[in-house]
Amino acid sequence: MNVLHPNPDRFVTDMLDGFVRSYPGLARLQGTQVVVRAQFDRKVGLVSGGGSGHEPAHAGYVGYGMLDAAVAGQIFTSPTPNEVLSAIRAVNQGFGVLLVIKNYTGDVMNFEMAAEMAQDEGIAVEKVIVADDVAVENSTFTIGRRGVAGTVFVHKIAGASAQRGDSLQEVKRIADKVAARVFSMGLALSPCTLPTTGKSSFELPAGQVEIGIGIHGEPGVRRGPIAPLAELVDTLISRIVEESSLGENDEVALMINGMGATPLGELSICARYATARLDDLGVKIYKSLVGEYMTSLNMAGFSVTVLKLDSELKSLLDAPAHAPAWR
Amino acid sequence: MNVEHVRAWLYGYRDRLTAVQGLLDELDNRIGDGDHGTNMLRGFRAACEHLGEAASPSEVLHKVSMGLLSTVGGASGPLYATAFLRMSQAWRGMEDISIKDLANGLNAALAGIQQRGGANVGDKTMVDVWAPATECISSDPTEHGVREASRAARQAALNTRQLVARRGRASYLGERSVGTCDPGSVSSAILFECLAITLVEGMEADPWTAQVL
Repeated sequence: MNVLHPNPDRFVTDMLDGFVRSYPGLARLQGTQVVVRAQFDRKVGLVSGGGSGHEPAHAGYVGYGMLDAAVAGQIFTSPTPNEVLSAIRAVNQGFGVLLVIKNYTGDVMNFEMAAEMAQDEGIAVEKVIVADDVAVENSTFTIGRRGVAGTVFVHKIAGASAQRGDSLQEVKRIADKVAARVFSMGLALSPCTLPTTGKSSFELPAGQVEIGIGIHGEPGVRRGPIAPLAELVDTLISRIVEESSLGENDEVALMINGMGATPLGELSICARYATARLDDLGVKIYKSLVGEYMTSLNMAGFSVTVLKLDSELKSLLDAPAHAPAWR
Repeated sequence: MNVEHVRAWLYGYRDRLTAVQGLLDELDNRIGDGDHGTNMLRGFRAACEHLGEAASPSEVLHKVSMGLLSTVGGASGPLYATAFLRMSQAWRGMEDISIKDLANGLNAALAGIQQRGGANVGDKTMVDVWAPATECISSDPTEHGVREASRAARQAALNTRQLVARRGRASYLGERSVGTCDPGSVSSAILFECLAITLVEGMEADPWTAQVL
């Protein structure tokens, strides 16, 4: 496959420059790879971030009612502690800062080191670790589940909580609640191409699908023949239902997320099958999102995310937000 | 080992990374995200830039740690940075590092890596290399022990091929991580090899890395 050849050394910096120039409400913290709101409100600050290559995550979720800063690392590589520390300092308005961290070894280590450094400076910092990927077994012997597209719901709901003036402890409580109730699983029909090396992240023979992928081009937990789309969607939903004990009359937010190279039309077809399956189970779909929220460069594939709602989460989900990638 | 030896060790390591960057990326591509070599080389190039200004072994390692912390990111950044920081702390105020001091520094570094990353021996991480290599030097703090550490490190890195990853990004592959050597173990083994080349008369780089793919 042919790809554009941006300068690999300037990929992230050029991307961020283009991004902030396109959205007037955003700015780049000078000398860093941190995207911030052009103006901060007097409230708890929200910072997230991670490796690049997941656009529109995370800079696309910086804005009113969502994140105050997004820290971008190199492609698929967690940002460094001093970059995260710069973001914490910038957004801290004296009400403390919540870090939204996806559960990947590098992200957790770098963000935790930054949190320790900020605490040394007297800034109150809390964290929420998102681990929504049910493809991975939860076990005390491993690092546990990955944080994937469900993180966007944490940005939205914790963001709304901070925006209405909740305390740091309250914003953290709500963020933890979302993290405990969000479940995702994805699959890929093709690997992604790393712009830094021009190489594919894995080889997938024709007619095969990689099930249980993460968002860094890492291979999935298993591989199988491409089944009809209805069956593939069913595989993902079944696992989510099993892990979340979803049942009749539960209310959910549903996200069908494209991995970067799957046409929106196909994502809508996925949504058709996913909603039909949830209807069959008697699960009520309160809100449905279809689009690209957390991608993996040019990977073809999609993920399904289900968030179990209650009245508290519904009102925060519905609260106004103005960030480039939230719709 | 004086400040010049410590610098020679790190410059030597940076130069080896230039040669094995593609190999480390390829290993990482098989069980991770394909950039371990790129990230390590970026980090050590930056970290080695200002080593000339450091006056003691401890200062050299402190500069390396800070350099890695601000340039590498990912999982290997904080892990290697923590290792060098702990070694730097263990050597504070010392001008000349005996092999016994070296062993103390390496033990502090290993403890730091385990504290930061939570891995144990057998999890298919850099700990699989650091633990036996550190043990070799601790139990035999002589040039011979340093040479044995290099050998043990290499063997341990090759042995990670048979292991199932339980930490880091490769752990998501479960059984499918078997058959590929852990990239962090390989980069660690090269660090121990470079240490031996610096300290042991007549020791030269071995082409063992050709066996890892």
